[in-house]
Amino acid sequence: MTAPSLLYLDNAATSWPKPPVVAEAMLRFMEQVGANPGRSGHRLSIEAGRLVESARESVCSLFNAPDPLRVVFGANVTEALNLVLYGLLRPGDHVITTSMEHNAMMRPLRHLEREGVELTVLPCRADGTLDIGLLQPAIRKNTVLIAMMHASNVAGTLLPVAEAGRIARQHGLLLLVDSAATAGAVPIDMEACAIDLLAFTGHKSLFGPTGTGGLIIGERVDPNRIRPLMRGGTGSRSEYEEQPEFLPDRFESGTLNVVGLAGLNAGIDWILERGVVALQAELREKTQALIDGLKDIPGVQVHGTHDARWQTACVSFNVEGLSSSEAGFRLDEEFGIQVRIGLHCAPAAHRTLGTFPAGSIRFAPGLFTSRAEIEQAVAAVRSLAR
Amino acid sequence: MTASELSVLIFHTSNHAFRAEKLLKQADFVCKLVPVPRHLSSECGVCLRLETARVEAALEVLKAGRVDIDRVERLS
Repeated sequence: MTAPSLLYLDNAATSWPKPPVVAEAMLRFMEQVGANPGRSGHRLSIEAGRLVESARESVCSLFNAPDPLRVVFGANVTEALNLVLYGLLRPGDHVITTSMEHNAMMRPLRHLEREGVELTVLPCRADGTLDIGLLQPAIRKNTVLIAMMHASNVAGTLLPVAEAGRIARQHGLLLLVDSAATAGAVPIDMEACAIDLLAFTGHKSLFGPTGTGGLIIGERVDPNRIRPLMRGGTGSRSEYEEQPEFLPDRFESGTLNVVGLAGLNAGIDWILERGVVALQAELREKTQALIDGLKDIPGVQVHGTHDARWQTACVSFNVEGLSSSEAGFRLDEEFGIQVRIGLHCAPAAHRTLGTFPAGSIRFAPGLFTSRAEIEQAVAAVRSLAR
Repeated sequence: MTASELSVLIFHTSNHAFRAEKLLKQADFVCKLVPVPRHLSSECGVCLRLETARVEAALEVLKAGRVDIDRVERLS
């Protein structure tokens, strides 16, 4: 799959390569089905509809969500977060988030703040972890939502969503979780973690193609509280010029990305066959080797907890005397290593970690990265740090 | 009512019809997704056809599976 001269360590941006079943499923759809689901009654349209239903079921199995009809597909996690934030929050409402958020969460929240929504940003520690004791005192009479990521896309640090869920339930608040960095790589149980709204993206650890993602709406959420981002054709209630209220149609206007969902479905099934816990263990071992290798290099500062049990396979670091852009360029040019450098769309996280505005170098290995490649990457950084 | 008499379950959306088909097939019902008869509904999509004698049992399965149906129509 990967050409020998290339070492792809940018899986936190999008996973690559994918399990071969993903592209195979997409090709099969394009060549043998290809039709629009839920719009017509012929056999190819029915086949497309069954595929979408199957994808909803796979999503529910992975996240222990009870009802496939409460899975709403969309373009990515950004769209899902925007749907909840703009659909649910009204001027005068209060929402709580964290200082590690990606701009997919932070930009809509900052925009809503200017429009009269009250926002509290809980400060995380310099290693990216959150003291959950800060949450309860931040709750106000008008708090409606806790909106937070499951893990940082910069340092990989896991945030305590289960504890946040417990506190949210005690206070009758809703919990929205951005699972972009963890879905498929870290077990997520919507019931056990009391997650009301789970936003996911398909193209990272779920191994789907870009342009897939969605929102799972928990049973405690009245969908009518959330205004749709878009309205349009659903193939249902076609005699009416008003948007239907029932799920998933309320939030799924326009033809879905069915070829993408064919790939996403195959990716999730590939994960389910192996088990998230087993895959997580594999990644943890590689992540710890990477952290240990990097932090032993003089002049290299690794951010985060330095403990793979508390983070995803996403390791951020800086090399003394070398800008992240220079490091990224040399890693690609001299060593064939593809990484992401800079601010990773998360200025708040970099302020928290103390790396703003310089940013960092991010190594994100994946399931298809070998131990030898981890060592190769560490050796390249050792050479840069000389 | 004879064993061969057929009815259709009409749903608010094809998404519910596909979910219903899955649940009923898992419960060993014989059913088929067919285009919604134009005289019955303005839906563009599909409904689920099965023996009228099995409709009551099917509705129980769908209720347990949280699938709302619009209505049941006999085909004759």
